[in-house]
Amino acid sequence: MIAALVPLSVGAVETDREFIWAGDPEGGAPFVEADPAQPDKVVGFDVEIANLIARGLGRKAVFLNITFTSIDQSVERGDAEIGLSGIEDTPARRATMAPTVPYYQFHEVLSVRDADASRFRTLDDLRGRRVGTLGGTIAYEILLRAERELGIQAISYDDDVHPYSDLVIGRLDAVLLDNVLAERRRRALPGFTIQPQSVAVGHYVGVLAAQNGPLRDAVNEILRAAMQDGSLESIFRKWGVWSEDQRALYARVIAGEAIPPVIGLDALSGATLSGWEAAWRYLPSLLRAALITIVLSCLSMGLAVVLGVAIASGRVYGGRLTRALLTGYVEIMRGTPILLQLFVLYYGIAAAIRLPAFAAALLGLALNYAAYESEIYRGALEAVPNGQLEAARILGLSERQVLRLVRGPQAFRLALAPMTNDFVALLKDSSLVSVLTVLELTKQTQIFATNIGSWVIPGLLCALLYLAMSLPLAALARSLERRWKRATA
Amino acid sequence: MSGVVLHVQALELRRGARGVLAGVSFQVPRGELVALMGPSGAGKTTILRAVAGLEPFHSGTVQVEDLAIDSGAWHKPTTVRALQRKVGMVFQFHHLFEHLPAIKNVWLAPVHAYGMPLRDAERRARELLAALGVEHRASALPRELSGGEAQRVAIARALAVDPQLLLMDEPTASLDPERRMELRDLLRGLLRDGRTLIVATHDEEFARGCATRVLRVSEGRVFEEG
Repeated sequence: MIAALVPLSVGAVETDREFIWAGDPEGGAPFVEADPAQPDKVVGFDVEIANLIARGLGRKAVFLNITFTSIDQSVERGDAEIGLSGIEDTPARRATMAPTVPYYQFHEVLSVRDADASRFRTLDDLRGRRVGTLGGTIAYEILLRAERELGIQAISYDDDVHPYSDLVIGRLDAVLLDNVLAERRRRALPGFTIQPQSVAVGHYVGVLAAQNGPLRDAVNEILRAAMQDGSLESIFRKWGVWSEDQRALYARVIAGEAIPPVIGLDALSGATLSGWEAAWRYLPSLLRAALITIVLSCLSMGLAVVLGVAIASGRVYGGRLTRALLTGYVEIMRGTPILLQLFVLYYGIAAAIRLPAFAAALLGLALNYAAYESEIYRGALEAVPNGQLEAARILGLSERQVLRLVRGPQAFRLALAPMTNDFVALLKDSSLVSVLTVLELTKQTQIFATNIGSWVIPGLLCALLYLAMSLPLAALARSLERRWKRATA
Repeated sequence: MSGVVLHVQALELRRGARGVLAGVSFQVPRGELVALMGPSGAGKTTILRAVAGLEPFHSGTVQVEDLAIDSGAWHKPTTVRALQRKVGMVFQFHHLFEHLPAIKNVWLAPVHAYGMPLRDAERRARELLAALGVEHRASALPRELSGGEAQRVAIARALAVDPQLLLMDEPTASLDPERRMELRDLLRGLLRDGRTLIVATHDEEFARGCATRVLRVSEGRVFEEG
């Protein structure tokens, strides 16, 4: 069967060979977005550049949907040959990957609320203020540096839409992002001004695996040709993002000039450091993030326990309506993803109640875990033998006293071990709150990994920190369990 | 110190279609120790539970001193609680509070249900444990006590709230002959102190050794022994 097919494939034109490229349609237009007319197809300038490169290679472009922050790793693994999705040229990428020549030049620009347009013009004006951006980008690196040097507060987001909505409702004082993203957002959302002054200049590149040098060189030739014959210009004009900056960039690229990754800022990030040097430099921020993780987990668990006790008591002692309502609450909280609950709490109800990120994270985790805790307590309350309750009642204790002095304490002992297990689970689930811009351990690790272009050391450190927090808890759970088993044996 | 402490009249109780008590009537005057005798399943424990306000009945009345409850009382928790404050009960399996040491089992209710100052309650608890010969076990947890010790702590716990009527369910079930004699002497002592007791048992010899009166329970009814 295979032998029969071979002559055919040899005879076929090269266009049958697929050229797999990775992008993230969540980034949206003008980069890559699902075609509104045909949602299973993608459109955008990066899509057209991918097609242009594929044509130049005599192959057929095939799109692979990859989360923006994972494109590098995915290309490195060989899932795709190139990543194209408004990917920035950074020192880290140059050190660990094989990026193409830059094909688009952008400006990092500040956006502020209309009312602040005259007082917040530069990062200098934003001392002590909250400035948001997309995590793992040059803009975030710039903000981290401004945090150290100017005392601004850098807030990292997982997407480029919510920084602007949070700016307009007042959770942020400014957003630093590409002019392309800023202008696109302003068309959809009124209420903010893009400052004309450029904070830094960066470039978009295609990114290939380090060992794919020859293919990268071929792609560079195709890009240079497209710069010369105007096909890149017509793509960018079509998507409304052409500027004269590009003409100057193309002239330099065609002339074979070396283009620095970022202009207007000295060397960024840890790409030039060895892994362990970078680890040493990032350790304080990882420890700080671990502290946030443990504080957030402890407070959420405390609140979840209180709420869980109230819900369980209501379900055991309450009237029919109370029981039905609480059962409904438990089923909704357990039956829907915690990520969705966090989004609703932070962004969904922001028009009515504007919770600060940490409070929303704390409340979100607590409300979700309260449902699980309440089930543990309900089970534990119902497991206390009826004889214990009758003995308490016949002594003249009221129902409330029976619960407080006899049933509750005994149930608590039964619940301790599963509760501790839940606390370990919550410790890890707390990484989800990074979607609300809370910079906890996992998020900080991701930033670290993006900046040095490797997950090995950051992943290891992160795992060690989580284990340092969770192992003592697991040991505690085991010892409580042992003690209780002995007690009831 | 005279008069009727307990007056049970025409008590009926069903579980599903099965009648458990079919018109139980009897009286217990103050200072008596009444033995409820009968084979297992005759309804002895159910009578004690109904008198203690732990089991709803379908008709009839239970009156302890001046407080009477009928079948409708189960919708009024305060009435049931008032009854429970007059009655003490020592369960067959003791049901000591597993999470509390012996002494705290004894003073818990005096402090929380009766508002007795902790210091007084603790002193009284210690006296009771001493009187019952288990003072040395005051700080032991229930799981660390032998069957006989647990029973004595349970009796101390019941006496600590000074009930008008003390009910005991199968108190000899888990005792060896020697402990059974000790318990008999202990109950005689309580009787001398003027307490009123009902003891449900199928231990003929034990009943004869301490009861002032024996009632036979059979097929959900109570008969005075001739």
